[in-house]
Amino acid sequence: MTARLDDYVALLGAPEIDELRSLARTLVERDVLMVNSTAVGGGVAEILNRLVPLARELDVNIRWEVLEGGADFFEVTKAFHNALHGEPYRLPPEAFEVFLAYNEHNRKRIDLESPIAVIHDPQPLPLICGRPRQDRPWIWRCHIDLSRRNPTVWDFLKPFVDKFHAAIFSSPAFAQGLPIPQYLFFPSIDPLSDKNRELPPEFVRGVLDRFGIDPGRPVITQISRFDRLKDPLGVVRVFRSVKRYFDCQLVLAGGGASDDPEGAAVVAEVREAAEGDPDIHILELPASSPLEINALQRASTVIVQKSLREGFGLTVAEALWKKRPVVASAVGGIPLQVIHKHTGLLAHSVEGTSYQIRFLLAHPELAAKLGEQGHQHVRENFLVTQNLKTYLLLFLALQRAM
Amino acid sequence: MTTAAQPFEFSTAGYLIRIANQKAGSIAELADGVANCTDASIFHHTFHTLGQHHFLTEGFSNDFAQWALASANRVELAEQLASLDIRDYVTLAEVRSDLHRMLKDYTDIHPAAAQQMALEPFYFCESVEIATPLPERASSLKEFRHSLEVISRASLYYHFIASRLRLQLRTNDFSAWFANGLGLTRLADQTNRIDIYANTLDSARRTLLSLIDRELAA
Repeated sequence: MTARLDDYVALLGAPEIDELRSLARTLVERDVLMVNSTAVGGGVAEILNRLVPLARELDVNIRWEVLEGGADFFEVTKAFHNALHGEPYRLPPEAFEVFLAYNEHNRKRIDLESPIAVIHDPQPLPLICGRPRQDRPWIWRCHIDLSRRNPTVWDFLKPFVDKFHAAIFSSPAFAQGLPIPQYLFFPSIDPLSDKNRELPPEFVRGVLDRFGIDPGRPVITQISRFDRLKDPLGVVRVFRSVKRYFDCQLVLAGGGASDDPEGAAVVAEVREAAEGDPDIHILELPASSPLEINALQRASTVIVQKSLREGFGLTVAEALWKKRPVVASAVGGIPLQVIHKHTGLLAHSVEGTSYQIRFLLAHPELAAKLGEQGHQHVRENFLVTQNLKTYLLLFLALQRAM
Repeated sequence: MTTAAQPFEFSTAGYLIRIANQKAGSIAELADGVANCTDASIFHHTFHTLGQHHFLTEGFSNDFAQWALASANRVELAEQLASLDIRDYVTLAEVRSDLHRMLKDYTDIHPAAAQQMALEPFYFCESVEIATPLPERASSLKEFRHSLEVISRASLYYHFIASRLRLQLRTNDFSAWFANGLGLTRLADQTNRIDIYANTLDSARRTLLSLIDRELAA
């Protein structure tokens, strides 16, 4: 069942939820248009599926529109997405025409009249050209790390971005030198979702039993899809180094690699590196296994996120919410979540990661303290209610400025 | 019971974080950045970060110190920067001046180290304050206590920490009202002595409630 605002009172306290209501009451305009490219699947849709109903409870009516497009459109937007993440771009010049044609189709189809509009990610960017009134704020919410963006694609998109009133990024490192104000909005997790809610101890124990994990010995876990950028082979090396000093187990768990040729190859490499070690558990979970992931995180002694590159890395926030001590690479949005020596430990190498894990295993009281402070950090900054509050503040600021 | 002629009107403030087009990769660049960034940046990395990380009550002071420690690996400089106590300042210009002096001194004494690139750049951001009035008002200490229990942490931060700059008097909204509105100077002083670095906002609130209870019982 979908959580309602009042359900968050037990976690956050009544004053915090009352403040959301107070803020919303000060909004003059309560209608907001949000546009993205998909209604289901993907992080943006996941966020909007929570944000829209919570906003409605505050009488802020978010009209959520989804782009229509053929396979050719989504082939182009996928290529754009990858290029903006730094990969080579190889589509012919006509791809830009396809992109613009589908946006023109959607411009005619979607009612763009709204006091405030928020456009998510690059796919609907050209809709800005069809805004009915120049004096109504249009905001671009970029969920992508643009720090390594491919110039061919970015140079094509940037003129659209420049027309917006403001842009929102998930990390200062992702932002660009734009002529419009750029704001920092942290991505968020829902503490009441299946992936994050409290679980009965017997359920957690049952999951460990199912995967053959010994609850009596320390468990080091990395939750990530099987992708080289998450460095699972590096995690195996870290584990071997830690195991010289501590009798422990490693869990590498992520979405199934059956429909992803590269993921399957990575899993095979990890299995080979594991050399049949019974203390290394390589778990290919079905695409949606939120309760199992939740249980594995809660059962872990230390959680690792040894990414070589990362977007925001919300698996870190998930671990911190569960008061688990985290050792993570200082890449992407991770340093915003892991404040070194306060809410976790940062590392920059296999050796450093190994040392920090050993340090935490040797000092469980410090590990518990980092976990507790990490939980507070997430409560203050990375929950869906905070995301909603930040949107309300932005709408309020824009209304006061217009 | 004393009633104030001017009631205490509670407000709250949220902060949007604006990303400035400015970053520093080394101590020397940080020194330049601190000299040239906006007041909103200085506020963000000192005052706002204290509220954002109020739950860290040991060893966290401001973003500059944390970066010097975790990204630039300069423990001595980090300790100096962390010693900055925002209660000692009534203007952001003074905060900036002291921060810049510490960084400049370090750069002069350790020129090579100051040029070394840090593991991660320091990104300058700015806080944009959006204050909104709350329905809570108090004319007496008893009414104030009731409201204090139900306001959000953001409201507490706004009145207790951010207000120091607004008032420019080395005090906070609560103490100012206790002294000027109710004539309770002892309570005002005690409130102003609650350590905002060693307390979370929640524990600061509890301490203030117990001080008020003592005053009400007297």
